[in-house]
Amino acid sequence: MGEGTRALSARIAGGARGGTSLWLAAALVVGSFGALLIGPYPLGLGEALAILAGGEGRGQAETVLLSIRLPRVAASLLVGAALAAAGACYQTLFRNPLVSPDILGVSAGAGLGAVLGIFLSLPVIAIQLMGFAGGLAAVALVGFVAASVRVGDRTLILVLAGVVVGALTGAATSLLKVLADPYDQLPAITFWLLGSLAGVKTEDILPAAPVVLAGLVPLVLLRWRINVLALGDEEARALGVEAGRLRLVVIVCATLITASVVAVAGVVGWVGLVIPHIARMLVGPGFGQLLPAAALLGAGYMLATDTLARTVSAVEVPLGILTAVVGAPFFLWLLARGRRTWA
Amino acid sequence: MTPRTLIPALAGLVLLAAPADARTVTDSAGRTVAIPDTVTRVFASGPPASIAIYALRPEVLLGWPRALRDYEKPYIAAPYRDLPETGRLTGRGGEANLERVLALKPDLIVDFGSVRGTYIDLANRVQEQTGIPYILVNGRFSETARSLRLIGRALGAPERGEALARDVEATFAALDEALGAVPPDRRPRVYLARGPDGLETGLKGSINTEIVERAGGRNVAEVPGRYGLVQASPEQVIVADPDTIVTWDRIFFARVWRDPLWRGIAAVRRGRVYLSPTAPFGWIDRPPSVNRLIGLKWLAGLFYPERWKGDLRADAAAFYRLWYHVDLGEAELDRLLEWAKGRAP
Repeated sequence: MGEGTRALSARIAGGARGGTSLWLAAALVVGSFGALLIGPYPLGLGEALAILAGGEGRGQAETVLLSIRLPRVAASLLVGAALAAAGACYQTLFRNPLVSPDILGVSAGAGLGAVLGIFLSLPVIAIQLMGFAGGLAAVALVGFVAASVRVGDRTLILVLAGVVVGALTGAATSLLKVLADPYDQLPAITFWLLGSLAGVKTEDILPAAPVVLAGLVPLVLLRWRINVLALGDEEARALGVEAGRLRLVVIVCATLITASVVAVAGVVGWVGLVIPHIARMLVGPGFGQLLPAAALLGAGYMLATDTLARTVSAVEVPLGILTAVVGAPFFLWLLARGRRTWA
Repeated sequence: MTPRTLIPALAGLVLLAAPADARTVTDSAGRTVAIPDTVTRVFASGPPASIAIYALRPEVLLGWPRALRDYEKPYIAAPYRDLPETGRLTGRGGEANLERVLALKPDLIVDFGSVRGTYIDLANRVQEQTGIPYILVNGRFSETARSLRLIGRALGAPERGEALARDVEATFAALDEALGAVPPDRRPRVYLARGPDGLETGLKGSINTEIVERAGGRNVAEVPGRYGLVQASPEQVIVADPDTIVTWDRIFFARVWRDPLWRGIAAVRRGRVYLSPTAPFGWIDRPPSVNRLIGLKWLAGLFYPERWKGDLRADAAAFYRLWYHVDLGEAELDRLLEWAKGRAP
């Protein structure tokens, strides 16, 4: 096989992979519209179309579609895409498939911030802000600790600092649970830590979406360089990529993304761990293809999970439970298959 | 040995070990517990027990599971409002240290709430470990009169227990007489909103919501075979379309009126969202104990203004006098009644 043929076949393969993302995006649009029609409130296709077209809806049907389901669907897409994208980043960055977006303590920090907000009986928006700030603060602390340790493997120290800060914030959260009012605050804390989109509103998504975008755009622009990080620092330097600075940018972006969606949805595990694996099976380990595929798959997974959460039972099922029930067995299966999908 | 035979056997052991002048009480779990003749120091295992003990015989109560806040204190009689904090021994977040419990030298530990498996085992363990008699009393609303008689006997105040039990029976009987004939489809459909977003609720059959049925309402959150607190979504509340909402959360109560998600719900449209006072304890729950008796009369008046002709001001004054040992001044009564009308202090 000559050089030209090889280049051609590579281009065809690349095109097919790009096509995968296009197919995923198309399926997501259809799925989102379908999800708008599913829920406990009976809402027909014709009625939904009429309301979406701006026609006269029946009062409550319009509220359900525009003020409840639309924000929920949008939030599930945002949360799923953000967590899966952040997971893909971290897995590439640490060159480890067992890494999830929580590795540097962002979920633990966001959890502590939000639990503190509930403990202080603050309004919902303040609880979300504290969750966001808590997530950023935890990762900043991890970065600070890792930067002040000057010996040893940089990555290892970063991960260990993440474990330590995660354990400390977890302990602080547990302390607040012990101190909280058992009739009032403790149930609220428990539900928050399990994650849910049951009460999400447009006002909750509007501040989170720009932050997620602000984190995603640099990652998309830098996707080819991030790919080089997966080769290791030495190789990256040989190819003209300053690994340290790039790593910092990736961590900041992925943290912003994760913290802003965890603040809205609560702690939702497994998505950022499992979805990048599926994406890698579909499009291969190259980060340039992996990032959009993971984001789209994550959005779809979350859309399906949240639709289940509001329909399988007469009461809401917390998202954290559903994602774990689906994600954990799947992850075991992946492990049993071995690491064939990892470059 | 099966658990069924084990428990009486263990209780028998305790009986043998007890001093000669002791008497025995059979608690709601069927355990026979030996108790000293005179009981002067009683440890409440949790908030529900502390309220029942305080109502029955305040002078024996060693402390509150959580120290009273300033706004709660005017509604509790003078020396007892400043009792120390002793922590919870059971339930979620149990924090009382057994050594601290021992240091308080209680003659008796009272648990008022669930009498199911784990709690029986916990009571037996603590009793064996500390040698302090530990009784389990059923906290279900329907069992209140019987439970008050039981705690009254255990505390050495059977007449007081009888008097309070009769008050409960009279309240229940008056409710049954006034509301018993109302057919199910004419009863208000009630949603109990908890949390600042109002999206936590208790399923029908939970100890946290049983007051709704007792006051003649129907809980719209019903999943056969399931109890406990759950999270609901706004869509589920819209589908259930309750005509009455009860809450004690002031943040939720303040925002429910202008929140577009809630505005279309029947209860909000008709102005039937009610805020429960929480001083010194909640009127409808928080904790689930004898504090709910005044909430029962309040709810009956809200649910059935035509059928229930109680005078809430007089009822509240009488309830706080009989159960909480306080003669409320006009200012305190005003504050409670304004609170019950949705104007929290």
